[in-house]
Parts: sequence; C-alpha cells; structure tokens
Amino acid sequence: MFAGFMTNAWIVGSIAAVVAGVVGFFVVVRGSAFVAHALPQSAFTGAAGASLLGISTVFGMGTFALASALGIAWLGKRGRHDVVTALTLVMLLGTGELFLSYKTEYAQAIYSLLFGEVLGVSANEVLPSAVVAGVAIVAVALMYRPLMLTSVLPDMGEARGVRSHRMEMLFLVVVALATTAAVPVVGALLMFSLMIGPPAASRCFTDSPLAAIALSVALALVTVWASLAIAYERNWPVGFLVGTIGAALYVIGRLWAAWRQAHTVRPGSVGLAPETAPAH
Amino acid sequence: MGPAEASGNLVSLDGISVWLSGHEVLRDVSFSVRPGEFTGLIGSNGAGKTTILRVILGLQEPTAGRVLVKGKAGARHNRSVGYVPQKVLIDPDLPLRARDVVGLGLDGHRFGLSTSSGVRRRRIEEMLGAVDAAGFADSRMGNLSGGEQQRVLIAHALIGQPELLLLDEPLANLDIASGHEIVELMRRVATEHHVAVLLSAHDMNPLLPAMERVVYVAAGRAASGTVDEVVRSEVLSELYGHPVTVLRVEGRILVVAGSHDQTEILASAPHWLERT
Repeated sequence: MFAGFMTNAWIVGSIAAVVAGVVGFFVVVRGSAFVAHALPQSAFTGAAGASLLGISTVFGMGTFALASALGIAWLGKRGRHDVVTALTLVMLLGTGELFLSYKTEYAQAIYSLLFGEVLGVSANEVLPSAVVAGVAIVAVALMYRPLMLTSVLPDMGEARGVRSHRMEMLFLVVVALATTAAVPVVGALLMFSLMIGPPAASRCFTDSPLAAIALSVALALVTVWASLAIAYERNWPVGFLVGTIGAALYVIGRLWAAWRQAHTVRPGSVGLAPETAPAH
Repeated sequence: MGPAEASGNLVSLDGISVWLSGHEVLRDVSFSVRPGEFTGLIGSNGAGKTTILRVILGLQEPTAGRVLVKGKAGARHNRSVGYVPQKVLIDPDLPLRARDVVGLGLDGHRFGLSTSSGVRRRRIEEMLGAVDAAGFADSRMGNLSGGEQQRVLIAHALIGQPELLLLDEPLANLDIASGHEIVELMRRVATEHHVAVLLSAHDMNPLLPAMERVVYVAAGRAASGTVDEVVRSEVLSELYGHPVTVLRVEGRILVVAGSHDQTEILASAPHWLERT
C-alpha cells in the first residue's frame, strides 16, 4: 500500500489531516460546523466550474471557497447566520449541478471531488495542497489568541478592542483555505467530517486548549491513515471510512469523558452549579 | 487638562440620551465615577443599566450628551476600562482552564505567537490568587460553579490593569453566599488595588456594606449620590414619575410603590416584609 501511486495519497491525506485538526478545533469551539459544511460544497462548485472552463480545479475551488467565506461573513452580519449559510450552500450546490450538466465527460472526476479518492491523487496536486495548508496553519497560529478570545468571550473581547466580526471573517477565510487544501483527497462532503470528528473527540480528553489542538491533529492523522489503509486493502470508499472513524472517535471520547466525570470529585468545589453546567 | 480631569473624575457622563429603534432608552443621564470608588448602578430589569455600561465602554454611541473617560471622549477600546458582561455562557465541553481565561485577559487582544514566559505565568498566578481562584486554576472553566466562573472573569478583566471595572449584574444567578463573596472581593479590589468599581444590580441590599455611591436608574433616567442622598422617597418618586416609598427595615432598604404611610404598609404586608 506504499506503492508509488499511493505515495501522493498518503502525503496529501496527511496534509489534509493536519490542517483539518488545527482549523477544526476552532470550527468546533465557535460552533461553526454548518459553515464548515457549506464551504467544502462551494469548493466542489468551484471545481466543477473550473473543469467547465478548462482551468485548474484547485484554483476554482479556492476562488469559490474564499468568495463564499467572505459572502457568508458579510451577509451573516446583516441577517441570520444559519439562514445565510444555508442559502449560500443550496445556491452553490445548484450552480455546481448546472456546471456539471454542461460537461458530462468529467462526471467521474467531479464524483471524486465530492467523495474523495485514493488512487487518483496526482503529483502536481501535492505542492499546492501543502502551500495552502501551510498558509492556513500559520494564519491560525498568528490569530490564535484574539480568535480564542472572541470565540469564548465575545463581549469581553469587544471591550478590549477585538472586533468579533473581523475575526469571524478572517476565520472563515482560513476555513476556505483548509478546504481547498484538503478536498482533493477526502472530498468536499467528507472534509467536513474530518474538521468535526477528531477536534470534537479531542475535547473530551484534555482541559488544555493547546493539548487539545495537538490531540485533534493526531486523531485526524489516525483517521486518515486508517481510512487510506482500509480503503486500499478492502477497496471501500475513503469518504465512508473517514466519516465513520471520525464519528467513532467522538463516541469513544464522550464515553471516556462520562467515565472520568463519574470517577473524579474535584476538591474544594462549592456553591451552586452554573446554568451551563453539563446535565449528568 | 480637560474639565473632567480637573475635577478628579475617572468617568463622567454628561446629559447622555440614547434612542434605540424608536425608543428612548436613556434620557439626560449624568453622573461621574471617581478613582478607587465603589459605585452601585441600581435599577430594575430594562431600566437602562446595561446601556449605560455600553455607553461608557464605547460600544453604544449616545444620541445626545458626551462621555469622558480619563478626560478623553471616545472611550472605545480604552485599556483603562475592564468589563465583565452579564450572562457569560461557557460551553462545558470547551477545553479551557481558569488560567487560560485569565491569560486571555492579559494578552488575548494581541496577534502573533504567545511567548509563554515565566513573568506571564507569575502574573496569571498572582491574579488568580487575588480573586481566590488559585484552588481551581487548572479546572475546566465550564465545570466551575457560577461564583467561581464570576471570579475568574473578574481576574480576566483585572489583569489588564484597568482603572475602572464595569460589572453587569454579577450577582444574578448566584446563591446568597457566592454573591456576598463577590461583593466583598470587589470592595477589596476597589480599596487595595485602587480600581474604581461600577457594579450593576437590581437589588441594592447586598451592595450596601460596600457601596460608597449609588446611581439609581429608573425608566431611562438616573439620580446619583450617596445612598442617603439618593434613596429617599422624594428623589425616587421624582425619578419614577410615580409615588414610591422608601422603607428601611433592619438595615435593609425596600422601595415600594405608592405613597402610603409607613405604618400602614407594615401593617398590611408583614408576611411580605419578612420574606424580604
């Protein structure tokens, strides 16, 4: 399974896992899962449009993902965020279908953009993926503190001069970049699962934010590597495996958190539980 | 030197009016806060307390009047004002410890990579100690009680070394003991750290031991001064635009509607007074 034609899949898959683990941590913290679902779909539409025009699909994906990110951020400030995201999503999916209807001979390539592929990752996709993923990760590192502040305590952040809306826009651009880097391997539909499952699971195992990000990356790598290996051996679709393993990790995480909660009593805990305390 | 600075005020509001979507939320509100002073911002829900705090923070532009913070207009993002909003909801699944929240108060507004220096660590430890939160510094924020979370948020606001701390209803949703601890903590902060405190509440009684001045808000208007100056039947009747009676019972203050004479109310509602 480490044959020449698989090498590219291993490399791009690992890149996707790292970027999804880092960016996905904030997707989960900010409750932006729906946007993280919509942006990969817009990347799919971009790829369909690019293949229609005969230009680079990565370029098409990036352009559409970025435009959608900025559009959702801009419109979300003026209307209800979930409604704006949903309308952007359905409009782009419809447009993607329109693009496809003009160019049936590329249906197979488009199918793999939606659901991912193992064998078809070409060498010239590796470098663009690595560069875009690198930019996304550096961006998260640079905006880590204000992003965390506005994600957790938006009012206190505003009072300190950190504009929540500006951070939201920057963050959506980062999600768009992560999407562009990862879609060629795991596919548009399942890049989403990679950005949710491993980061959500990592939160169950540690109380430290940086440790949770590191664990999120590790779990995403395990998910992708296991998926590629099983896909190669059994010829099952990568997308199915990524989605299922990601969800399984989350279930294990919840079970572990419940077990830990039941077996630890925090010393010195007094007073009433806050309204937001977890229901046991 | 501006006029406010000359008078020694940290914050002064002068004739502030605020209209929000066709409603006059504040009308001609004027008061000032001096350095190191503990002021209670008292009023029922919807009286305009949060709007007053947002005007001071520069998050709400007044329709008329002006606000000066340290003698300067345009208080937005003034580092000398710290803020603890009402109802901070913390996701219990969030991997963020009390010490991380305090750290965000120190440098959360900065871009770039964090330098985890010993100095930074010590300042966070010190601040956690100052609000009696050292015991749960490594606990997950979402697992703390309401009073514990409140203390961590106060530390978050204090570590930026503000000269004024605004707290919006910090006693709401707290049990009586935790509420008392928060008031005592804020009194200590005001005197020992010389930080002015402006704390909003719908009930002034828990604040009476600590409160040096009161700003009483009713129907968008405000009266300020010492408790004895402001919390009187004549002043509050004028403010509400409706007769009210101020009763003092065993060191506590009750504000009741109507201009009945005191004995009549006591006689007609003894069960109600006992419960309060």
